[in-house]
Amino acid sequence: MKHRPALLVTSDGELFRGHSVGADGIRTGEAVFNTSMTGYLEVLTDPSYAGQVVVMTAPHIGNYGVTETDAQAGRPHVSGFVTRAMSRRDSNWRSEGSLGDYLVSNDVVAISGVDTRRLTRHIRDRGAMPIAMGSEATEGELREAAAAAPVMSGQDLAGKVSTREEYTVRSAGETQGTIVAIDLGIKRDILTNLTLRDFDVVVVPYSTPIARILDLKPDGLFVSNGPGDPEPLHVTTETIRGLIGKVPIFGICLGHQVLGRAIGADTFKLPFGHHGGNHPVRRMEDGKVEITSQNHGFAVDLWSLVDEDIPERDGLVGSELLPERVSTPYGEVLPTHQNLNDGTVEGMRLLDAPAYSVQYHPEAAPGPRDASPLFDGFVDAIHKGVT
Amino acid sequence: MPARTDIRSILLIGSGPIIIGQGCEFDYSGTQAAKVLRQEGYRVILVNSNPATIMTDPEYADATYVEPITPEVVTEIIARERPDALLATLGGQTALNVSSTLARTGVLQRHNVEMIGAGLEAIEKAEDRGLFKSTMEEAGLECPRAGYARSMGEAMNIARDIGYPVMVRPSYILGGGGTGLADNEEDFIAVARYGLEMSPVSEILVEESVFGWKEFELEVMRDCKDNAVIVCSIENLDPMGVHTGDSITVAPIQTLSDREYQDMREDAIAVLRAIGVETGGSNVQFAVDPETGKRLVIEMNPRVSRSSALASKATGFPIAKIAALLAVGYTLDEIANDITQATPASFEPALDYVVVKIPRFDFDKFPSAPRKLGTSMRSVGEAMAIGRTFPEALQKALRSLENGHSGLNAEPNEEGLRQLSEADLGRRVVEPTPDRIFAVGEALRRGWSVDRLSELSSIDPWFIDQMAEIVEVRHELVDDPSDMALLAEAKRYGFSDVQIAYLTETTPENVRSIREAAMIRRTYQRVDTCAAEFVARTPYMYGTFEEESEVVEAERPRVLVLGSGPNRIGQGIEFDYCCVHASFALRDAGYETVMVNCNPETVSTDYDTSDRLYFEPLTIEDVLDVIDAEKPEAVIVQLGGQTPLNLAAALEAAGVNVAGTSSTSIALAEDREQFSEICANLGLRQPSGGTARSAAEALDVVDQVGLPAMVRPSFVLGGRKMRVVYSVEELGVYVREIYGDADPEVVGAPILIDRFLESAVEVDVDAVFDGSELLLGGIMEHVEEAGIHSGDSACVTPPPTLSGEAMKEILKATRDLAAALSVRGLINIQFAVKGDEIFVIEANPRGSRTIPFISKATGVLLARVATRVMMGATIEELRAEGMIPEHTTPPFVAVKNAVLPWDRFPEEDSVLGPEMKATGEVMGIGEDFGTAYAKALLGGGRILPDRGRVFVSFADRDKPTGLAVAQAFVMLGFELVATPGTARYLSHHAIDAEVVPKIGDGPDDVAQRLDNGEIQLVINTPRGGKARTDGRTIRQAARGHQVPCVTTVRGGLAVARSLRAGPGAINRPRSLQEWHR
Ligand SMILES: Nc1ncnc2c1ncn2[C@@H]1O[C@H](COP(=O)(O)OP(=O)(O)O)[C@@H](O)[C@H]1O
Ligand SMILES: Nc1ncnc2c1ncn2[C@@H]1O[C@H](COP(=O)(O)OP(=O)(O)O)[C@@H](O)[C@H]1O
Ligand SMILES: [Mg+2]
Ligand SMILES: [Mg+2]
Repeated sequence: MKHRPALLVTSDGELFRGHSVGADGIRTGEAVFNTSMTGYLEVLTDPSYAGQVVVMTAPHIGNYGVTETDAQAGRPHVSGFVTRAMSRRDSNWRSEGSLGDYLVSNDVVAISGVDTRRLTRHIRDRGAMPIAMGSEATEGELREAAAAAPVMSGQDLAGKVSTREEYTVRSAGETQGTIVAIDLGIKRDILTNLTLRDFDVVVVPYSTPIARILDLKPDGLFVSNGPGDPEPLHVTTETIRGLIGKVPIFGICLGHQVLGRAIGADTFKLPFGHHGGNHPVRRMEDGKVEITSQNHGFAVDLWSLVDEDIPERDGLVGSELLPERVSTPYGEVLPTHQNLNDGTVEGMRLLDAPAYSVQYHPEAAPGPRDASPLFDGFVDAIHKGVT
Repeated sequence: MPARTDIRSILLIGSGPIIIGQGCEFDYSGTQAAKVLRQEGYRVILVNSNPATIMTDPEYADATYVEPITPEVVTEIIARERPDALLATLGGQTALNVSSTLARTGVLQRHNVEMIGAGLEAIEKAEDRGLFKSTMEEAGLECPRAGYARSMGEAMNIARDIGYPVMVRPSYILGGGGTGLADNEEDFIAVARYGLEMSPVSEILVEESVFGWKEFELEVMRDCKDNAVIVCSIENLDPMGVHTGDSITVAPIQTLSDREYQDMREDAIAVLRAIGVETGGSNVQFAVDPETGKRLVIEMNPRVSRSSALASKATGFPIAKIAALLAVGYTLDEIANDITQATPASFEPALDYVVVKIPRFDFDKFPSAPRKLGTSMRSVGEAMAIGRTFPEALQKALRSLENGHSGLNAEPNEEGLRQLSEADLGRRVVEPTPDRIFAVGEALRRGWSVDRLSELSSIDPWFIDQMAEIVEVRHELVDDPSDMALLAEAKRYGFSDVQIAYLTETTPENVRSIREAAMIRRTYQRVDTCAAEFVARTPYMYGTFEEESEVVEAERPRVLVLGSGPNRIGQGIEFDYCCVHASFALRDAGYETVMVNCNPETVSTDYDTSDRLYFEPLTIEDVLDVIDAEKPEAVIVQLGGQTPLNLAAALEAAGVNVAGTSSTSIALAEDREQFSEICANLGLRQPSGGTARSAAEALDVVDQVGLPAMVRPSFVLGGRKMRVVYSVEELGVYVREIYGDADPEVVGAPILIDRFLESAVEVDVDAVFDGSELLLGGIMEHVEEAGIHSGDSACVTPPPTLSGEAMKEILKATRDLAAALSVRGLINIQFAVKGDEIFVIEANPRGSRTIPFISKATGVLLARVATRVMMGATIEELRAEGMIPEHTTPPFVAVKNAVLPWDRFPEEDSVLGPEMKATGEVMGIGEDFGTAYAKALLGGGRILPDRGRVFVSFADRDKPTGLAVAQAFVMLGFELVATPGTARYLSHHAIDAEVVPKIGDGPDDVAQRLDNGEIQLVINTPRGGKARTDGRTIRQAARGHQVPCVTTVRGGLAVARSLRAGPGAINRPRSLQEWHR
């Protein structure tokens, strides 16, 4: 098969060869690997991937083509896409076209035939790092580009993907009220999950001031997922701080991290993040395990709110790796979920105000939907209201 | 929850003999379970009639019962051992059925034994097709429209209102036995009638056919906290209508979008909850309409299965081991992932490779059976391959099968396909057969479109397009053989050096050196459950062509053990048993062990068995590459059967150190002329014989050696096409069959002709030779006379009828042959004893099928001893180590009986002969032969009548010896009925038997009597070699009515003796630990 050669260079100088299966040109971004075996279109279009080049560990990508309704946004958001074997033939009754065509027409630079396992192991061992890739570029050009590419930390990427204009999505049935969703890069399936539960959702820009949000008379406030580092999101953090206790709040992913920062916790960068559909998360209340869909590079550090020293991990992850509860200016906060691979916080709840959040994706898309009842929890919280 | 402390002892039931649909995967699961439950401190009581299993090695349980797995026997065992719990979900359908019987009949309750894993209710909901469907409907899941019938009348009505085509399935049946599709009423009547007969509860399900839909399977695990994970998703390349066990299957699923996959995932978990499997693994099968995505639930198995073994090997997630832990109360998040050791088992493995499983068939051994694949499983084994892509995995799997293919065509034997007319090729693409995949490959080579092929075959276009890529690479390689980039691409697409040599018109060796020069080297990646997200601690490897290898340096010297590849008739679990023991012996001797094998059902491919596991095809190319990567001190080829043995010469040629007996000695034993010379020099008798290259020569040879004669083509091994001819006419027929019209000189394949030793006693001997001392493993006397393949004949040890003289002579002959062949390690010899003359039939300088049996009988782990000897230890040293006990004669009589797959091949005549047909074996242990043989029969599923009518019909040559048989049955109080000739002969000798007309000679002929259920046992020895005889009709009629049928005189005698033993003795089980105490 005749291919147009393409190259990928990491910021620490590793070279990977493949061939172009997308648009032309050079792209840079932070390389992260995703271990989901299905759901490539959801991944490509997830705004949380802004600024990142996604390496799929599953070798065959594109098998079942592209189906618009699976997309999580109107366009792809990844900076680049890397696979081992891009399918030229798609086969599925739902398919509306091939992934290759989709990538080209959406100007996504994609490279296939790459030893993605070697690249994944490199990222795992050295941490997520900037890379440069492209088809009509020399190795030298790419090395320079990779070296010049910015790191994730400190970048305000949510600002780039958040909606400019406020817009409303109507509830599927008889409306029960209004949810204001602060858009840090919201996925379509989250909106669907809310509207299916019969709420109108007003999606507002990430910098929307408290006053405007209150004007909308929200019955609930949702803080969405989104790309990159929560640290630079000062405005959003302030907004949420101001609304704690005034309206039931539910945050997902970046929204969870922002809520964390709002109550005074630190956030930190994980070595290579969690990106996939098989992460075990323990529900602290009953010890049950959910298999979750995840996509984040940063995490909330609840230990930053207590002055004990962090316990050593020995053997499998246990609940002792999280503080039992932490006290904040907004009252006691309870860690509600824990990642069983690395022990990090996957969810928390304020005890004195209706506000809670999860680090992972109950809307899945892609991935298991074990955690979708969390949306019902939000609905209940809304019905209870603020007391 | 930590492990339960309220139960202390657990009864584990195995799956018995290897049969089609129930292979050695259940030894893999049972062994894992037994091991981990003992580690957890439970007392494990185990029952399995199959001696060739690792699980029945005494060290794996506190009490090991090698006894028939029947409700009566297991009840006895429960009464003796008083287990607190019964784990029924790891021994396949056999264990499940026995356990539910014990539960239903109140035995478990009476001895208050708790069923753990899956309870009775769950088992019944899953196994009873009718109950299953209603349960699914309640859970809001859709199944094919169906109704179930207990009579033909009911069946017809249901079929009519569903409308044809329909699918028929008996309840309580495994491997699709008795199932079938019917396009019209006529076919339906046949299929339905057979189904009703097959079902133990004579109940069938008549179901809407979804032939041609996509078939999927999910492996689910659930714990007592209702945590559920999907361990593996599997997509069948062959559509609905080809049994999963006979389908090429692919993991993970390739052609479903995330939304569809998640819907299926949720359904699968919902199925487990609805059925009520409290803990453990289950598989759920789905059918999906490719046009609309409509999804139906086909079935679920509330137990570990063939596919869960596959799933475990495909993902590195040990389902059986974890199922056992969940059954005693652990939850998934409390169990560590073996491979990462740092993350819990409560996750879903992520694969960054593709796994392809291809079944292995032995249709050649059942010429009367159509080669067509359907809903009733026919495969006898399977090979699995791991590649980074589907094309690579597919080609690796095809060459792992060892049936003459090196990949997807592109090899000399594709000529046949190239000759096919377009029409014939089309037919081969349409009809599901074991070779269809190659027809698809050829069609692609001819440029047929992907859509057309998908249309014809109902194989998903994605898979066909992937094959099209393989074919494109092939064309490019032919166009420019010198392009190294292309060569690298071809290797990445899974092409073997053999294929590349064919395409570029050179030799595989040459391709290898070109690759070397161009640095196109195989790399090894790890199967790590997590797509490299976490560091893998377990070196479970597969070969591919990537940019870095994950092999790590070893601390200790390494020895490589070559496994036996896919199971096939003649080479099954027995050889894997030997390889596993080799690995254990080497580990104990301080080596780092490396296993190479491609059979997913086995214990040898459990990553726990050896220090390092390479899941690779057993071809010289793949094996040499592993050797380059591991640099072992020595390679063990003696224990994996013919597969590794065939590599010995090439390995030595490549400078590899083959442990023990050299390839030259192996060749010596296999070369007829040279071997005869050795025998002559040692003064050992062989049946007089000669070699013929034409019909005329054949006649001359027969003139010298005399009739009857044993004839076989020199070019086939394993007893293939062997036959006994009794007349010159039969000889002529045979010669024509072999050569057809082709000129034998051109064929260049001589026919080997031996004097056939009539009514001789065959003897099997296994021994270990270290160069000076011979350790006799055991002498086994066959029950059936010589002429029945050693693998199909029952055998006894110690030998009941051999004289002390004969034994001495046999022992001496064995020692002399071992020395003459300069054996280091194992040797297996078959003798035939006629009167006081002893003949050598053949000698195999390797581990044999009987090693596990004899090891169980004597308590000496022969394979371990042999391995040490191969590595240079002397028998004396090993005796000093305590590896070999003082006295090694069994404290009991042990009988090994073969289990034959007739029920899968109803078209085939169930007569035994020199060509092996058995799929498995059972062991019977008793104080005396009668009891031991009776247990062996029962263990093999043969229920004998204790009263009633016996039909006897002997070929003339058997009449004299047949007398004794007739007498014995009369004395046991049976009535005799016989065909005129036999009856006359009997009455001459004062035995009266009622005369029944031959088939067709009267209203009340034998077949009729069988139909009327008036005959309880058939003893019918075949007449001559004529294919279609009354005998055949009678045997088939008997089989149709599940009437036991004996086809040899000595077999008849043995049955009589076993009946004398009576049921009392049979149901008196005793554990190996007790026997050997
Ligand atoms: N309704 C059906 N229409 C067409 N083929 C079917 C149908 N049901 C089952 N099959 C085929 O028969 C095979 C065996 O059926 P299954 O229910 O799985 O029985 P088993 O217990 O032998 O696995 C399946 O693998 C599938 O290919
Ligand atoms: N000359 C003979 N007389 C009687 N039986 C024979 C003779 N040669 C072979 N057999 C029978 O045929 C069977 C298979 O022959 P063998 O040489 O062992 O081939 P294989 O390689 O298949 O084991 C033997 O087990 C034996 O029962
Ligand atoms: Mg099935
Ligand atoms: Mg033999």
